[in-house]
Amino acid sequence: MSKKAIVLYLHVHQPYRVRHYTIFDAGVSHDYFNDQTPNVPTNNEFIMHKIAEKSYLPTNRRLLQILKKHPEFHFSLSLTGTVIEQLEAWAPEALQSFKDLISTGRVEILAETYHHSLAFFYSRPEFEAQVKMHEDKIQEVFGQKPKVFRNTELAYNNDLAYWADKAGYKGIIAEGWEKSLGWRNSNYVYQPTYTDNIRLLMKNYRLSDDIAFRFGDHSWSGWPLTADKFTNWLNETENADVFNLFMDYETFGEHQWDETGIFEFLEHLPKQWLKSQDNTFMTVSQAIDAFEPSDRVDTPNTTTRADTERDLSAWVGNSMQTGAIAALYALEKKILDTKDQTLIEDWRKLQTSDHFYYMCTKWFNDGDIHAYFSPYENPYEGFIAYMNAYHDICYRLSEKGIEI
Amino acid sequence: MKILMLGWELPPYNAGGMGVECVRLCKALSKKGVDIEFIVPYTADHSNIDYMKIRPAHPQDVVEVLKAGTTYDSSRYINVKSSGEAHSLDLQDQVELYEDAVGRMVPALEFDVIHAHDWLTCRAAIRAKMISGRPLVIHMHSIESDRSGQIHGGNPLVREIEALGLQMADRIVAVSEITKKSIIREYDIPEDKIEVVHNNLDMAALPPLSEENEYHYLNHMKQYGYRIVVNVGRLTIQKGLSHLLQAFAIATQYRPKSFLLIVGTGEQYHELITLASDLGIGNKVLFTDFQRGKRWRDAFTVADLYVLPSPTEPFGITALEAINYDTPILVSKETGVAEVIQNALRVDYWDHNEMANKIVGVLDNDNLRDELNQNAFKELERLNRSDGTADKLMSIYKRQAAEVTA
Repeated sequence: MSKKAIVLYLHVHQPYRVRHYTIFDAGVSHDYFNDQTPNVPTNNEFIMHKIAEKSYLPTNRRLLQILKKHPEFHFSLSLTGTVIEQLEAWAPEALQSFKDLISTGRVEILAETYHHSLAFFYSRPEFEAQVKMHEDKIQEVFGQKPKVFRNTELAYNNDLAYWADKAGYKGIIAEGWEKSLGWRNSNYVYQPTYTDNIRLLMKNYRLSDDIAFRFGDHSWSGWPLTADKFTNWLNETENADVFNLFMDYETFGEHQWDETGIFEFLEHLPKQWLKSQDNTFMTVSQAIDAFEPSDRVDTPNTTTRADTERDLSAWVGNSMQTGAIAALYALEKKILDTKDQTLIEDWRKLQTSDHFYYMCTKWFNDGDIHAYFSPYENPYEGFIAYMNAYHDICYRLSEKGIEI
Repeated sequence: MKILMLGWELPPYNAGGMGVECVRLCKALSKKGVDIEFIVPYTADHSNIDYMKIRPAHPQDVVEVLKAGTTYDSSRYINVKSSGEAHSLDLQDQVELYEDAVGRMVPALEFDVIHAHDWLTCRAAIRAKMISGRPLVIHMHSIESDRSGQIHGGNPLVREIEALGLQMADRIVAVSEITKKSIIREYDIPEDKIEVVHNNLDMAALPPLSEENEYHYLNHMKQYGYRIVVNVGRLTIQKGLSHLLQAFAIATQYRPKSFLLIVGTGEQYHELITLASDLGIGNKVLFTDFQRGKRWRDAFTVADLYVLPSPTEPFGITALEAINYDTPILVSKETGVAEVIQNALRVDYWDHNEMANKIVGVLDNDNLRDELNQNAFKELERLNRSDGTADKLMSIYKRQAAEVTA
């Protein structure tokens, strides 16, 4: 019988935020993403510097130490194409620190869309093109070929599993949402319905969110969360092969600041967990190899990682969002036919799901987590800047003599 | 003839058309030899105005007044004070301060008639009349039911001020027939106490267009058959923009190559953005937020049609500005401007199909657009040439002054 494993998976992503782009800029400047205004949240370079400093560098330093100290330590990672580009441009030392982790051979990189888009739900050819772009980029930068797929925002359904199976992936990951799991729990390896070979790992969202969301929350009953306490929770759990801890990489140092003690938690967790001979760490692929699927999981409706609904409503839940995304994808054929790489790339950058997240009005009045992650004053400002960029894309098409 | 004029705002510190109109009629009056002392509730540089004397009611930065509110913020006029915390002056505080200050200034001033503009100055105007015994002319640019978008609606405290002011006035000036009717309907004022003096536009005072239009994208798209509908103004219920959005949504079904440009801000800003998306025209409607100067003017120019869909609009000076900058107008029947411009398309604000019909009609037919525009422009020029504002006001002043002496 195999040991119990923590399957830690960290997602690294930064979008190209659209600057305060007005209708007076449309047709004049085609530059939506390069905000040079100092210290504003739409200045992508500024944000990249800040996050590299607060999160990427200190976290990678610790992860590398842990890898050196504990031979059993393994984890998985994925980086979107848009974040890799920004690392290359503005934080090369942080990019190097990721390379150092990966060169240990104990860090697995997962596949996803290059632009962190929802293309799977809007255009299959575009989706496949972006997955290919991402695979090529990972190969080029890190010299690894991903074997496991994760879709943007963990957006997942039977169709996606079917696609990933046919595309040859050995695994796929999703939110461990009860509506899909039914009576099961997320602590086992599963197989999606209607597939031949692929395996499914589902996020233990309670344990993951204890770290990612609740760690620094003084009003939470579990606070303060120590590695000791957390390990005890896991050890007390009987029905489990794996603990799928999936979270944003930026949890460390950015969502949870240094002051919360998150880094100490990260340092101590492997030590505490590995105190027992029955425990270990695995990458997603290792978990798939180690455990037989315990059942099949049926997910006819799309699940995601966000909000209490765990559906796509955080991105396409209101008419601003649906209108904007539909308008963008309606240009697909015209854009691709131009073969203008700059134009195609700008159009793809506008597909990044974050843009639509900023337009979410679900809990706008309560000023919650959406507001925290938005560089705009409110969802309407985000929408206006985005649509003005869209209009400029139309302008550029029209200049090429394409009917809009 | 000496006039004590009471007003809340003058450009460039104006929130809407009232300040613009005050400047125009004072200028015209001064040409007729009228001496005007204009009391505003703030201290600011108005050195560009040399045809009348502008007096601050009290030393106070204009920003403070704007923060408290303008004539359009009547819904914010309340009697309840927030307790405890230090807070800046609200609209009621401002109205009281202005009234007190004017009351202190009046004994030292010499004038024949008091001429006050809109509800914010009503209380000060009544005080000035009581102290001086001079006749009071109240000039209504809009009334509370207009602002609330509802017959008999609005803030009861503001209605009370208006009712009192209109009763105490010796003469009332309304900016349109529709405003006169509203005053009678809302406040039971005898018809013969009210005189209509239509707003006008001082064409010579408007800056000419210069160089490239600021709306490059919209201009550019015209060559591909796109046409543009514009509205400029406050995004508030009085302006009826939700009707325009609904009509425009219908229009785009028949004429997809259309844009609607909405220049301005207000309490309905977010609501209108959402409505545009709900109607499926989020990529056809462009919001610019509040603009001044060239970006304000250029919006009129880039338009193929200017639409003013107000459920009730005392006048609607922006429609004249549109005509001045070569754009024809489609206005709701309930606007004052429709009384002075015949070469305009008219529609019931609630008739979305008909509004869409007329929008498509103009956007699809450049000849119609140009014909409407040329004729409206001629009308506007004629209005400017034969402007009788100053004469009408002069005769009101003379008659009231004579009655007092008699």
